[in-house]
Amino acid sequence: MVDRKILFGLTLILGSMTEGHRMSASQPGPGVELIVFAAASLADAFQAIGSDFESANQEIRIAYNFAGSQQLLQQIVNGASVDVFAPASWKQIDAAVASGQIDSSSVRIFARNRLVIIVPKKNEAGLKSLHDLARPNLKIVLADKAVPVGQYSLEFLDKCSAGGSAEKQFKEDMLRNVVSYEENVRAVLSKVVMGEADAGIVYASDISRDSTHRVDRIDIPDSLNVIANYHISIVKGAKHRDSGRRFVDYILSKKGQATLIQFGFLPAEADSARR
Amino acid sequence: MKRGMDRAGWMLLLASLPLLLFLSVPLFALILRTSSGDVLSALFDPPVAKAIQLSIVTTLITTGVSVCAGTPLAYLLARRKFVGRTIVDVLIDLPIVLPPSVAGIALLVAFGRRGLFGPALHNLQIDIPFTETAVILAQLFVASPFFIKSAAAGFATVDRDLEQAAAIDGASPTKIFWTVTLPLSLPAVAGGAVMTWARALGEFGATIIFAGNFPGRTQTMPLAIYMGFEIDLKVALTLALILLILSFLTLATVKGLLRRRIALFN
Repeated sequence: MVDRKILFGLTLILGSMTEGHRMSASQPGPGVELIVFAAASLADAFQAIGSDFESANQEIRIAYNFAGSQQLLQQIVNGASVDVFAPASWKQIDAAVASGQIDSSSVRIFARNRLVIIVPKKNEAGLKSLHDLARPNLKIVLADKAVPVGQYSLEFLDKCSAGGSAEKQFKEDMLRNVVSYEENVRAVLSKVVMGEADAGIVYASDISRDSTHRVDRIDIPDSLNVIANYHISIVKGAKHRDSGRRFVDYILSKKGQATLIQFGFLPAEADSARR
Repeated sequence: MKRGMDRAGWMLLLASLPLLLFLSVPLFALILRTSSGDVLSALFDPPVAKAIQLSIVTTLITTGVSVCAGTPLAYLLARRKFVGRTIVDVLIDLPIVLPPSVAGIALLVAFGRRGLFGPALHNLQIDIPFTETAVILAQLFVASPFFIKSAAAGFATVDRDLEQAAAIDGASPTKIFWTVTLPLSLPAVAGGAVMTWARALGEFGATIIFAGNFPGRTQTMPLAIYMGFEIDLKVALTLALILLILSFLTLATVKGLLRRRIALFN
């Protein structure tokens, strides 16, 4: 009776539990060990970029610490040894600048992520468009506003309701369908994959690879979408500034950007405004 | 009743001190970090009040169901030998040793919409995930074994001769249970009920997976504390302190009552 979708959901849930604490250190070689603290949502893309970077720079080994952005910030503020910081939201960058851990001039936007609505493959509720989300008696899951994607989801709803009274009604009706504000974006994905929820909002990068064929997506038009910008910066107390700069440059290079796109991110734009 | 500390007693105390300090210092730190004004104002903060109310109501229902449905099971385990008794015993131990997140996933694949009983429940128009019922089921799964184990141990220690004496006097099995067995095992039964309540009050992992997180509906105090830790540390600290005080007072009261009760019997 347990079909493959449920099993997949299980592995997702179990994965999301360990993901926050995944620490992958390469063998300490003779050269430089570059320590990179990055948001959990970047784990897959950064690991791919890291191995490309390492083969291009034999003397540098990258040690990643992937965790929730807020947790990473706390570790840095409390004196963790780190060279490069890449959180999921500008808030942690601002906080790191404010506490003197990074210099605002070294901050770069390296990728963007957009929101997407996901529905189970079976789609028993028959959701086809954005408007369908306001139908009564649906079960929608969002991420909690404690995590960046939860805040972006609410911003998206605000944008939807910016028009007349009909639009305002949309936000109200949709929020009435929300049955849970999940602790992280992977939990939103799991509950939609398992079919427990009729719809959810996640990052486009969350469904770029493995789960593409396990959920269906309803795209959010650009005019209503909220684009999350990912920032990266060398930390002031970095032991390996030059290697760190090379790593940042590599991520911003054509090759690095191509890998990020492959993992569902949007490329950085030179002129994109900070948010 | 005078029982002073002898030399060995002092040595024991000295050896106990490190762990005792380790267990109590974080709790004192929690108290020091929170001001009483914050606690009072948070009590009237609607989301906080809702979380407290939800926690109290659901844990009381969980405890009630555990006692009603768990007592026959505990008595069965204590008084009858049957095939598969060991398996039943182990089954009851499992929820205690499993990570609560496993309990949450198991409940979801059993009672979720696409779970084992999903279609059947759906036909009865019953939808469990994301509801208060899911909160209670999560607590029941994780916490009721504490009552069953404790009550079974209590029933097992009651002297069979006393029950047989009552039977010879013509008392029915039901009457024997209420007038002999239960009063004699009351400390263990009540203690088990309190442990179940306390465990249910702290339940987090199974709840967030099976019931989700919705303020006023499924966001119990532990969930509100976890979410608050990311957004508003003050709310998290305050709720944590309230949870601590609530648990301490209840456990202390019940232990005190039980001690008097035991003294009465001896």
